This record gives sequence, C-alpha cells and structure tokens, in this order.
Amino acid sequence: MMVDVTIVIAGAAGQGVQTIGYVLARTASGAGYNVFAWQEYESRVRGGCNSYRMRISDTPANSPLSRADILVALNAESQRKYRPLLKPEGILIDEHETGERVITVPFARIATDDFGKKLFANTVAAGALAAVLGLELEALTAVIADEFAGKSSEVVDTNRAAAAAGYSSAKRSCEGVCAWTLPGRAQTHYLVTGNEALALGAAAAGCRFIAAYPMTPSTGIITLLSKHKERLQIFTEQAEDEIAAINMAIGASYAGVRAMTATSGGGFSLMTEGISLAGMTETPIVIVLGQRPAPATGLPTRTEQADLLFAVNAGHGEFPRLVFAPADPRDAFHKIARAFNLAEKYQTPAIVLSDQFLADANFTVDDFELENLKPERFLATTTELTDYRRYLLTETGISPRLFPGQSEQLVCCDSDEHDEYGHITEDLTLRKRMVEKRLRKLEGLRDEIQPPEEYRIREAEDVLVGWGSSRNAVLEAVDRLNDQGNAIGMVHFTELWPLPRFTFTDGPRYHLIESNATAQFGRMLRSEYGLPVSSTVTRYDGLPLDHEYIMEVWQHG
Amino acid sequence: MVELDDYQSDAENQWCPGCPNFGILKAMKNALVALAKRPDEICLVSGIGQAAKLPHYLRCNFFNGLHGRALPVATAISVVSPQLTTIVVTGDGDCYGEGGNHFLHTFRRNPNLTLIVHNNQTYGLTKGQASPTTDSGEKTRLQFEGVTISPLQPLALAILHDCPFVARGFAGDITHLTELFVAAIQFRGLAYVDVIQPCITWGTHSVSWYRDRIYRLPQDYDPHDKYAAMKKATEWGDRIPTGVFYQMDEPPQLFGEYFRANSYEGALTALKFPSRGAIAELLGQFKTAKQRGEMDRQGRGVV
Repeated sequence: MMVDVTIVIAGAAGQGVQTIGYVLARTASGAGYNVFAWQEYESRVRGGCNSYRMRISDTPANSPLSRADILVALNAESQRKYRPLLKPEGILIDEHETGERVITVPFARIATDDFGKKLFANTVAAGALAAVLGLELEALTAVIADEFAGKSSEVVDTNRAAAAAGYSSAKRSCEGVCAWTLPGRAQTHYLVTGNEALALGAAAAGCRFIAAYPMTPSTGIITLLSKHKERLQIFTEQAEDEIAAINMAIGASYAGVRAMTATSGGGFSLMTEGISLAGMTETPIVIVLGQRPAPATGLPTRTEQADLLFAVNAGHGEFPRLVFAPADPRDAFHKIARAFNLAEKYQTPAIVLSDQFLADANFTVDDFELENLKPERFLATTTELTDYRRYLLTETGISPRLFPGQSEQLVCCDSDEHDEYGHITEDLTLRKRMVEKRLRKLEGLRDEIQPPEEYRIREAEDVLVGWGSSRNAVLEAVDRLNDQGNAIGMVHFTELWPLPRFTFTDGPRYHLIESNATAQFGRMLRSEYGLPVSSTVTRYDGLPLDHEYIMEVWQHG
Repeated sequence: MVELDDYQSDAENQWCPGCPNFGILKAMKNALVALAKRPDEICLVSGIGQAAKLPHYLRCNFFNGLHGRALPVATAISVVSPQLTTIVVTGDGDCYGEGGNHFLHTFRRNPNLTLIVHNNQTYGLTKGQASPTTDSGEKTRLQFEGVTISPLQPLALAILHDCPFVARGFAGDITHLTELFVAAIQFRGLAYVDVIQPCITWGTHSVSWYRDRIYRLPQDYDPHDKYAAMKKATEWGDRIPTGVFYQMDEPPQLFGEYFRANSYEGALTALKFPSRGAIAELLGQFKTAKQRGEMDRQGRGVV
C-alpha cells in the first residue's frame, strides 16, 4: 500500500471525539480512499477517555491497527492514556505540548478567541487533522456543511471558519514534518457499519416487522429501520423487554410476515425461551445477537465473541436452528438475507451473530452485489390443500406453512407437543415422530450451509482458523506472515450452525483465532470434524482482534 | 351464516368435568355466532394454564404459546393482520403473574384485541398454589400459613392506565358473559374482560360463595367516570360487582395507527419484496459522496 495511515482521536465523552472522527472519515472516503473506522468508548455519556480510530488506505483494509501514525489528543488525560499507541515517528496533535514531532494547535483557545465559544474546539481539531493528513480543506468543509445541514447558516459558516482556522494553524507547523498527502481520487465507496448493513439487508430480504429492546451494541438496527419505516413499510416497535420483543416477532411471523429482533447477550438470555418456542411451533424468525464482553453486564461498549456456544445451544430442548456470523458489512447484508430465506424455508429460528466491533465500525464497501440477492418465500399455496395440517409429517420434516386469514384453512400452532393439526397431544408414539420430523429439517439445512473461506491453503504449513468479524484481521495477518517467509493459510467460517460439510486438509497445523477466553469454536471443530488444534490466539480484553495482535501472540505467545 | 357447530373442535377436552371454564367456552361461542364471525376470521392466542387450553376446544386459528406471553404475540398479529379478530385467552397466573409486564404495557399500546382472563384466584394446573389474585390470608397447598402478600388489583390497574374497555364477568352467568364478550369483541381497541371462574378442584371458595356475592352493575352506573370506575373495581368481599366498569368515549390512539396512516394500511402479508431499485436507492445514502450525516448517529447509545 502506498497510503496506509492510522489515526487515533482521543478525548472525553462529550468532547466531540466521534464527530471529528466521523467528519474526517467521510472526508477521506469522499476523497476516494478506503476508510476503516472504529470506536472504543466507555459506558458513560460525559467524561472518561474515548477514542475514535481511523485507518485510511488506498487499497481495501477494513481491519484495525493498534499503532497510530497520528494522535489527536483533546485533553491531557487522554493524551497520557493513548500516547503509548503512537509510533516513534508518529505525529502528535496537541493543544499545549510542543516538540519535534508535535503539531501544536490550541483548539480551545482558537475556538474561544476567534469564534466566541469553546464548543467549536472539535471543529478546529478536525481542520488541524485534515491539514496534517494532506486532505483538501474544501473537501472537509463540504462534509461539515452537510453534517450541519438543517442548522442555521450561522452555525454552518462558523463551523466552516473554525475548520479553516485549525487547518491553517496546523498547515504552518506541518512543513517538512508531515509526510502525508491525500489528493482527491475518482473512486466512490459505501461507508457503512455492520448494524447499518444488517438493517439494510433485513429490509432487502423483505422483513416487515422488528421488535426490540434497546441494548448496546444492537440498538442501531431498529433505529435505522424505524427512521425509514414509512418508506420501507416495516413495522417497528420498542418492546417492554426482550421477552416481549421475541414473542412479538414470533407473533408477526405466525401472522405471515418476515420478522426479526436484535439484542445483545443479556437480552438474548431473556429470549432463549422464545427461541425454543420458535423451534417447537416451527415459526421462522431472525435474531441478531450483537456480542459484547460478558458475563452479566460485562463491558457494555466493548467487543467479544464469547456467545458462540450459547447461541448454538440457546433454548431448552432439541430443535434445528441456524447460526451465522458475518465477516463484514457486505457479508452481513447478504448473510441476514440468507438467514431470512433459510429460516422461512426450514421454519426455524436463525441467529445472526454480530459483535460491537462489527456493529459500530465503519467499513468501506465497494459493491453490495445486489444481483446476488435472492429473496424467496416458502409459503404453501392453499389450492392444493385439503384437510390442512400445519405439522404434517413429511420426509423432509418441512410441513406446509400457511398463515391465519390466508384462506379458509385454519392455522393452529402449539408450544405443547402437538399432533399434525397443532392440537396438544400426550400420544408418546406421536411425540417421538414429531421430534424426528423437526430434527430431519437439520439434514436439509446442512446441505444449504456454505463451506468456510479458504485462503493460501495450498502451500500452507500453518493455517489460522477463525470465524465472524475477525476475518479481515486474520487475512491481513496471513499476508504479513507470508511476507515474512512463513507458509500460512486461512480457513474462515461465517456459517457456524449447522457446521458445513467440510474436510480440513491433512498436513498443516491448525491454529484458532478467537475473541474469547476459552476458544469456543475450537470445541465445535473438535466435536464436529475431530480437528486437532495446535495453538490458540485468544483476545478477551474488550478490544477487537487486529493483525498485529494476532501475529504477536501467534509468534511469541 | 355461522352456527355453534362451526366452532365444534375434535380435540379431547382436558378440563375437569363441571369446570366453569365450560361456561366461558359456551359464552365465547355464543358471542362469535352472534357476531357472525367465521372460524377463519378469528385468531385465538393463549399462553399456558387451564384457560390457555381453550383455543383447542374452539375451532379457529390459534397460537398457543408460552406461559405469560400471549399478549406480545397477539399484539403483533393484530398489527400484521388487522382484518383478523384477535382474542387472547389467558388466566390469572398466566396474565397477571408470569406476563405481568406485558399486561401493563399492553394498556399503553392499546392494540385492537380482546383480552379475556379466566380468574380463578388459584394455580389449577400446578395444583393449588396462590395466584396474584388470591386473597390475603387464604391457605393454599404452598402458602400453608395463608397468603401474606396483597392481591393484585388488575381491573383498577387497567382503568388507571386507560385501557379503554374494562369489564368483569362471571363464568356462572353465561347470558351476561355472552353480552360482555360481544361488546368487547366489537370494541375498537383493547377490550379487557376479567372472568370470575371458580376452581372446583383447588379454589378456596365454592361456586356458591361467588354466586351469593356477585351482582350486576346497575343500569344507572356510569362507566365513563374514570376514578369512580377505579373505586368500583376495587369492591371485593361481601359484594362483587360484574359488568362494564370503564369505557372511554375517546379511546387513545390505536396501536399501529400511525403506521397504517403513513406507511401501509392493510394486512402486511399483502406486501411483496422490495424492488432492487428501492434497495439500491437506500444503499445510495451510504455512498460517501452523497452520504447524509444523520445516518451514522443512530444507535450509538449506552446501555
């Protein structure tokens, strides 16, 4: 890569860290660069130390780096906390500190003296950062104008002027110090988060109903759908709790539309009885589980992949379900659409595992490949039915599904063990046949599951095995390790349950990369494929996996 | 033309012989016939308990879900398919205990459905423990020393939260109960009927104990006076009133009304997949050149 610069913007909650970051992300993306941006923040509204991390590159990266080329510190406390991330040759943008590789821009003083309010300090800082990056001022002020669209022209003009002041202040100090230049390129990209992609994918898949209880990091999904509900024709409801949310989604699905809910671990715990209900009544639903560090409340605003075995096993009793874990927003868009299709085809719950990292981070997507979107419905047609039985015993285990009011046929569903018509039964022979019917669906389902992505496997002596949102970090680690003369490959899973029919090649050593403490996927791989695992790289400090971390732990333990 | 026989279910009835639940079932069939509702126009939703088995004994669409969770299921059905007559059949343990939170929030939503609670003041299916409406002091098969906590006041609670139709019936008075069900099903909005249903196996009071105390609200009773209705709804003991306690002249907005007015009016099941063009347009808002700032700020909240 010619351009690959990582920026950390740090300050207290309420200082505008996110605004500066997002404005710069949009500016760089609009200038035609690949932008990847993520946030790590404390579970509070004011104070503390938060950071917005941005990686700008000329070729796609879409994964984080921990070491920074530029640190913008909005207060002394965050300067101290994040300074260790700055590379020795990196640039510090600071209000007070002076020095060889420091660009001193008194954000607050410029804001107060020149624009009358300290409030503009973050816009001054955004201008300074744009100058250090070698972005064009006009590109930045255009984004600012758009960001503040709807505010008074005075607000817009003052913010533009504040950005310009920061820009020129930093520009002077930059001469001979800052090496970067980001002239406008012709490329345009989507800049999109995992939550946005999941919401858009659900809409594309014909979802008509979402009920959810707000919980970080999944709240963004229902929020986006609610914002566009009139045009998208999706009914959205904030439920009183997660139990209501999943039961509403099940009710909507029984009534005949595609329905979903979204939550995080704690809320998902409350939903487990509902998942079992969907399994028993054979009602298709999609549940997004945005993972965050647990147990209990854990670290509400950080990331982890520790709910995998929970998702695979959630709900009492035995019934088929789907568990997917998308790699990035493009994958999330298609994966949730697939989840809706397969949940409906097999009349069973589908869980889409996201995490705070995927949910909140902004990724660059070149193309959503809409031509690959194939929404399908799987309702029975009423003309061919006489003596309708909702739970007709069939070879595939899939019974004809109608919805109430579709025809004169009555649609009867029961959470008790039931006969073919949906009535309570205590006939134990029938019970056995119903269990077998439900479980037969798993066989068909398994044939639908896509195998893992294999990369540089041919010559590999060592293979890194991961799942879900760590894909791009693992991929980058594989490339770097090969550059260093190692023979490394990657096997990456995004469809986790049922596990796909797949054979691990004999020969290479397999290493697990997971964002949890107990290498949960390793247990699944051992029981399903008998895969011997040579070593594990785990991360459970609440921060996302990046290739530097993976390489460091893999090489040095 | 709809007849009682249209509702005849083949499922084997599991209720105790002589249970007042049979009176409730009869009244419901009577009401549906009176309203000329066909079985396929009706959707019964229930949870768990003896009351929640009723949908198996009345031929129609039904969803018999989890303990306490009938209301959220029914609420969703009522907005997805507004043309269906959605009726929740539940009990005091199911609705007031396990499903208490949904009970409260359903008042706030005002979905267009009928809520019928078989209230026998006991847990029948689990054999005689106290329910949320068991009177203080009553000895049960679990509260050996007598119930020491206060009973819930579900009718007063409903009126306080402007549930727009609140009534109580008696399973032993099928004629009156039929009238109440007809009025409740016809009502546009949430119509709630608590039905006194003495448990002949585990109940602490006999059927005649109730019969001696129950009376109908007089002709001149005014169901539009909210606070008088709340007071009336708490009358219990020597005299137990039945009838429509509360009926709002101007009910609150119906759940889903905004959506029906601004997005789609009919049953959501009629909607097809969105076009590829519509999806491309939506995605276009995330193209960085055209992107609008508002899209990102959604959803970044703290627990």
